[in-house]
Amino acid sequence: MGLDVRLPVGVMFAIMGALLVGYGLFGDQTIYARSLGINVNLWWGGVLLATGLIFLALAARGRAENP
Amino acid sequence: MSLSWLDWLLMLVYFAFVLGVGVALKKRTTTSTAFFQAGRAIPAWVCGLAFISANLGAQEIIGMAASGAKYGISTSHFYWVGAIPAMVFLGVFMMPFYYGSRARSVPEYLRLRYDEKTRGFNAISFALMTVFSSGISMYAMAKLLQILHIFDAPFAALGLGPQYIFHVCVVSSAIVVLIYVLLGGLSSAIYNEVLQFFLIVSGFVPLVYLGLRDAGGWSGIVASVPSALTHAWRGFGSASTSPMGVDALGVAMGLGFVLSFGYWCTDFLVVQRAMAADSMTAARRTPLIAAFPKMFFPFLVVMPGLIALSVHGGVIPVKLHEATGAVVLDALGKPQLDYDLTVPTLLLRYFPAGMLGLGLTALLASFMSGMAGNVTAFNTVWTYDIYQAYLRPQASDAHYLWIGRMATVFGIAASVLTAYVAAQFNNIMDVLQLVFAFVNAPLLATFLLGMFWKRATGHGAFSGLVAGTAAAALHHGLTIPAGAVAGVKGGWLAMLSTYPSEMAQNFWTAIDAFLVCLIVTVAVSLITKPRPDAELAGLVYSLTDRPRDAGLPWYQRPAILGVIVLAATGLLNLVFF
Repeated sequence: MGLDVRLPVGVMFAIMGALLVGYGLFGDQTIYARSLGINVNLWWGGVLLATGLIFLALAARGRAENP
Repeated sequence: MSLSWLDWLLMLVYFAFVLGVGVALKKRTTTSTAFFQAGRAIPAWVCGLAFISANLGAQEIIGMAASGAKYGISTSHFYWVGAIPAMVFLGVFMMPFYYGSRARSVPEYLRLRYDEKTRGFNAISFALMTVFSSGISMYAMAKLLQILHIFDAPFAALGLGPQYIFHVCVVSSAIVVLIYVLLGGLSSAIYNEVLQFFLIVSGFVPLVYLGLRDAGGWSGIVASVPSALTHAWRGFGSASTSPMGVDALGVAMGLGFVLSFGYWCTDFLVVQRAMAADSMTAARRTPLIAAFPKMFFPFLVVMPGLIALSVHGGVIPVKLHEATGAVVLDALGKPQLDYDLTVPTLLLRYFPAGMLGLGLTALLASFMSGMAGNVTAFNTVWTYDIYQAYLRPQASDAHYLWIGRMATVFGIAASVLTAYVAAQFNNIMDVLQLVFAFVNAPLLATFLLGMFWKRATGHGAFSGLVAGTAAAALHHGLTIPAGAVAGVKGGWLAMLSTYPSEMAQNFWTAIDAFLVCLIVTVAVSLITKPRPDAELAGLVYSLTDRPRDAGLPWYQRPAILGVIVLAATGLLNLVFF
């Protein structure tokens, strides 16, 4: 059907990841007591951001191969 | 606990993307083939992830964790004995007939293989069931979000009472699913299911990680909960010692064979995803690709139940009476736990602002994927197997496309109505659920005989289905789980025997219905006129060319993938034996 689903998945995770990383870096640091002292926004946001970028790279490669 | 701006923003981003996918697909959705079958042009891995997602509704996620807290790791039987072998069987043996016959739906396959009445029976019961189950799941989800009290503050600020949370949840989720299915049909549902799959995983992985860390790892859980809960097969030697009240034979036959094969191999909701694949081998690989992540899902959906039991002496809240707010007590006078709150309790416990938004989005995603799965299966069966078959056979393609869109609106409206009926009349819902279980129980026998025995006839199949449904009802009416009151739980005719648990009763009812359907179908087929072989080519195993896989690399061959999946699943059973 022509739509490469890696594109929306990539963009969505990149945006969500970036938001979480930003909040983890600059937001209130006292909220992490509940997550056992782990800044889970920063870490998991980073994982999501990286995942999003990998999907975007795959989508870009797919587009280059069969435009 | 109330939500921060970031939690809301994350949910908003999710809504924007699922709607965006629908908008992007609108232009391409101009034929009925595009709308109902995604043009049969979706790559295998996309179909595979959609296959998991469509089944992974909110009820599944909430129910599996609840069951994990009640029965422990044995709940994985639903995956490691039930789903996975059935998915392998579907991919290796059954997809060639579904995909190769060019049937557009599962009921249509029954029409091609048997006759009109068998299709009609299946199509009508299936259409009713999809609308009904998406309504039930909508009700469960909205109820849950209301109980969590996280939306209380913004609603109070608007001057609305907490009961509006239920209305807003039901209506807003229905509208979002309506818009994206209306715009892009099955492709839209499938692409969004991929999005939802990744979201669900991304919400649950950190939850389980934090929970396990808090519990002191798997060994911490093993040390703090009864040992029957951390061994998948302990006590299954006999029904009296098994935590589920079923022995290993009952699990293997009832769950592993009749119920799971019956669901995964014949339910159009999941099979439709594989039928949308872009080639025969892609269609066959779909359930096999789905099986790889699926076998690890117990760690995401069952584990939270064990975590909630184990940390800090157990954190599952007690059940409160809906009307009075008093604690509900069991027969021994001890407070009952509200197991359905397991997952939300953990989300609120471990996730700070930000991650909480992601976790709630994951819950919403699971809910919407299940609902869209039901809706796309419903509009296809309604349009092709009911409207085109019985009401207007010779209309233009554009007309059927329009009818499909109308059916989407109608299906969702009917689901919303069901959600409200469920809120008012719990008993009606229990009875309906039971009736559908009776109708579904014998289906597997009909499909197996249809695909692998060319002598089976339409009259045989139809009478087998009717007899099997009756047998299920009869079995249920004559037996009762221990401690239950006669009624929807069974024993409404007479009480001939007692099962140790409701699950045992379910399993044996299904086995009974399957056997009766099998015997009646064979007997009636033998005394009725068979169809000529030429008409059954492509529909029955012995009259169909084997799909040729020899030219494919090993990792694309269904049989090899199937063996790998089964070996890995066997290993998981051993690890948690």
